[in-house]
Amino acid sequence: MSAIYILWLRQLKRYLRSRSRIVGSLGQPVLFLLALGFGFGPIFAKAGGGSYIQFLAPGIIAMAILFTAVFTGIEIIWDRQFGFLKETLVAPVSRLQIVLGRTLGGATVALLQGAFIFVVCVVAGFRVERVRLVPVALAFMFLIAVLFTAIGTSIASVLEDMQGFQLIMNFIVLPLFFFSDALFPMRGLPKFLRAVLRVNPVTYGVDGIRGALSHGFHFGLGTDFAVLGILTAILLAIGSYLFSRIQL
Amino acid sequence: MSAIIEVNDLVKNFGAFCAVDHVSFRVPEGSIFGFLGPNGAGKTTTIKMLTTVLRPTSGTIRVDGYDPTRDQQRVRRSFGIVFQDPSLDDELTAFENMELHAVLYGVAPAERKGKIGALLAFVELADRRNDQVKQFSGGMKRRLELARGLLHQPKILFLDEPTLGLDPQTRNHIWSFIQSLAKEKGVTVFFTTHYMEEADRVADLVAVIDHGKIVAQDPTAELKRKTGSATLEDAFIAVTGHTIREEEASSVDQLRMMGRVWRGRR
Repeated sequence: MSAIYILWLRQLKRYLRSRSRIVGSLGQPVLFLLALGFGFGPIFAKAGGGSYIQFLAPGIIAMAILFTAVFTGIEIIWDRQFGFLKETLVAPVSRLQIVLGRTLGGATVALLQGAFIFVVCVVAGFRVERVRLVPVALAFMFLIAVLFTAIGTSIASVLEDMQGFQLIMNFIVLPLFFFSDALFPMRGLPKFLRAVLRVNPVTYGVDGIRGALSHGFHFGLGTDFAVLGILTAILLAIGSYLFSRIQL
Repeated sequence: MSAIIEVNDLVKNFGAFCAVDHVSFRVPEGSIFGFLGPNGAGKTTTIKMLTTVLRPTSGTIRVDGYDPTRDQQRVRRSFGIVFQDPSLDDELTAFENMELHAVLYGVAPAERKGKIGALLAFVELADRRNDQVKQFSGGMKRRLELARGLLHQPKILFLDEPTLGLDPQTRNHIWSFIQSLAKEKGVTVFFTTHYMEEADRVADLVAVIDHGKIVAQDPTAELKRKTGSATLEDAFIAVTGHTIREEEASSVDQLRMMGRVWRGRR
């Protein structure tokens, strides 16, 4: 237990100490929020979708969490490179504890990042319609955070170096974001696109947050929760397994 | 004396390259064992296999009676290690690095602060305990790594070029401490070094590895006598030859370069 805690604490300290990282990773979601939110807002309203910010904000919160979570997971590659990974790998604690500590730490960092964006969204005009459901939204944010940190961990455990970084960014992270319901509603989409969105876990995460905060659930609270919960458990198991096989 | 480390016919291939080629040796309990060899001879690869982080291609290893490929947890509990490459977290302070290690190795909470304080004082970093490690010089980092390796008292201490880049004062200071650990606490010390006079002074026995093969394995005095050398350095050259070895940059080295570029941009 204490090993999990100290590794969690380490991630948190590292995050809080690098201000450039905090500010840097807030930039992208804020840009999306402002450019898309205000740029497409009038068209969205004209098409009868209502306020676009109300629709978009949960998607942007999920985006911030998704990006941060995958990258904190991938930090294992940096740790391998800068040597710290060795220190944890020879320690007499189970690999599972190491993975859990790291993943929870990364997920906490991602959740904090999502919370910042939440605040930014509110400042930009996002209105929380059901305040008592905020904890539900936070639960979904945390689930997304754990799920994608675990995905980052899994990827980093099989990659030796950062050569594959662009590959991950362009073929995993960005498609997960763009082919979800973060930016546009599912209703009226071409069939194939709807099918893609349905198998993308980000869709359920965004739906969970959006359902709790503004628009109501598309799939339903139970479905969103079950899909994300089960996937998170599976990815945690895969991440732990792959991490336990790391050699130096 | 019984052997605390026993290696038989150990082989590690990386693709077509054979880094460790049918190596066998024994390290008696409580001894100071020097594992010597030119660059790229297979020293670090061997240490990695002994310390559970690399799986051998073939051969058997016993560390404290256990097999590092099977009983990893048991083996991990038996040793401490100071790696050749840095393994500190630069963002954390000296104290936090030590504390993290203490927790991972199950040093009792009541003892942690006292032990960490004493060791930081020993390596003369007490006044820098709350500074982030990224502000430290290479020598200071090395001293901190050593202090960290001594934090939990292991049965076996692996030291992969522990004194690299340290001045003679610090080297002496650290070696006399390690020698006292071996003598008084019965800790077995397995170390590598390129400083032959250092190995000559502290090692009870040495094994020399070259091109992945053990080319000599003797008490230091015996090795000098066999090769007719006055110093261990001469004996070392007598068994390994004069050719200078080129080490290829490992993928990790390349990564480190890329990382510097990337971090600098952030």
